[in-house]
Amino acid sequence: MLRLENLRAGYGPVTVLQDVSLEVNAGEVVTIVGGNGAGKTTTLRAICGLIKPTGGRITVDGKDTARLSPPGIVDLGITMVPEGRQLFPFMTVRENLMLGAYKPAARARIEERMEEVLTLFPRVRERLTQLAGSLSGGEQQMVAIARGMMANPKLLMFDEPSLGLAPLIVKQVFGIVDRVVASGTTVLIVEQNIVHTLQIATRGYVLENGKVVMSDTGPALLKDPHVKRAYLGV
Amino acid sequence: MDILLQLIANGALLGGVFALISIGLTLIFGIVRVVNFAHGEFLMVGLYATWIMASQLGLHPYVAALPLAVVFFFLGALMQRAIIQPLMNADPHIQIFATVGIGTALANGALMLFSADLRSVDLPWARQATDLWGIASVSRGNLVAFFVSFAATGALIAFLNRTHLGRAIRAVAQNRYAAPLMGIDVNRIYAITFGIGTGCVGLAAAVLAPLYPAFPTVGSFFVLTAFVVVVLGGMGSLEGAVIGALIIGLVESLAGYYIAPDLKEVVYFAIFLGILIVRPAGLFGVRGNE
Repeated sequence: MLRLENLRAGYGPVTVLQDVSLEVNAGEVVTIVGGNGAGKTTTLRAICGLIKPTGGRITVDGKDTARLSPPGIVDLGITMVPEGRQLFPFMTVRENLMLGAYKPAARARIEERMEEVLTLFPRVRERLTQLAGSLSGGEQQMVAIARGMMANPKLLMFDEPSLGLAPLIVKQVFGIVDRVVASGTTVLIVEQNIVHTLQIATRGYVLENGKVVMSDTGPALLKDPHVKRAYLGV
Repeated sequence: MDILLQLIANGALLGGVFALISIGLTLIFGIVRVVNFAHGEFLMVGLYATWIMASQLGLHPYVAALPLAVVFFFLGALMQRAIIQPLMNADPHIQIFATVGIGTALANGALMLFSADLRSVDLPWARQATDLWGIASVSRGNLVAFFVSFAATGALIAFLNRTHLGRAIRAVAQNRYAAPLMGIDVNRIYAITFGIGTGCVGLAAAVLAPLYPAFPTVGSFFVLTAFVVVVLGGMGSLEGAVIGALIIGLVESLAGYYIAPDLKEVVYFAIFLGILIVRPAGLFGVRGNE
């Protein structure tokens, strides 16, 4: 579904991604593992169209996304749950969810979708009329994920969903990620807590200095000596 | 007692006029985060446009309000696209230069085209007084402006809260980074918002034309008060702008009578500063949302 071929990208004169090739097929859970500054978030931002690649190709179902703006990429069925939640703080949770279904295709059946998403995340239903900014960090993360699901995406990308949350809350957030995966949504996830993500990932890529250095199934990567030494400290 | 009620009525109606001029400004500031220093000059252009439509085409100013608002919507959207958009990521100073420049150009353009003479729309009906339940006597035109400003504000608030596009506009104001990830075309929202804010000033011009003459610097006469109203109400808050406008209108009216006409600005700026000391984000402003 999603294919990155020899992608190069960065910010102004700084090239962060040197050579990234990866693919995500329908029904998969793919994770990108890497240290700080390896280019994980940059990869997701390039896929979303927030930064323009300086080389290589990104294709979605064979269609080159180079000329598309971020809304155009949302149209292709790719939605991101951004790092740091990025909710609309002075709007209610319900309004945040409605904005998740902004595109006409999603808007057409917004009521049914809202019901599906709220069934998946009952905790969010209890908070519908509250301002998003008034929720705790964990609840905000749930709303951010629910908002992403509102678009009924073909591919949902998570950027560090557990960042900045207490260990107990991290568990809950992973529970929610698992529920998204169980609902059949294709997922691309970037996460510092690699133990959990590699366990649920069908495949994983290891990114170092803007290059993919390794790729395998999730559980295999978890057993790999290099991964263990570099990212698990064992 | 009679005089007090009359002063309150005058003040409230003046507040209505200020509110009408300020809502467009506060909308543009709140959403696009650009202070449009050409706002007063847009009002001036609108006053001239109403005058031309009334004197040349015989169009009633209140009838001219709708086409004027529509034309101004497109002018505002065009100005955003052509002049403001390329500067959206520039230093805020540069945006100030640009909007001040547009304002200066418009004012001097008007001076060149129409000279410095006052041009009034002849509508005696609007200047006639009407009696309000025997407690105050106010001009009909002022009453119309008052109700139009409340209707326009109410309509705008409903639009922002209840419609899909309105929600997208608020989303852009609250989180510019996340909005495109929802599929919202942020630049399009900027152009639309600038258009709506400018459309409001077009509407205001047509409604105010029977009360205030057009002259090249009429904009600066109103715009300082409009800025005070916007800051007082809490930048970007439409409700705040209306309340702020009513406060300024009442203070002007009461201070002008009980203290001294020359000192009314001193009084309202003193109150303005006092409120900002207590509530730095303005009456309805949310801290962190400015």
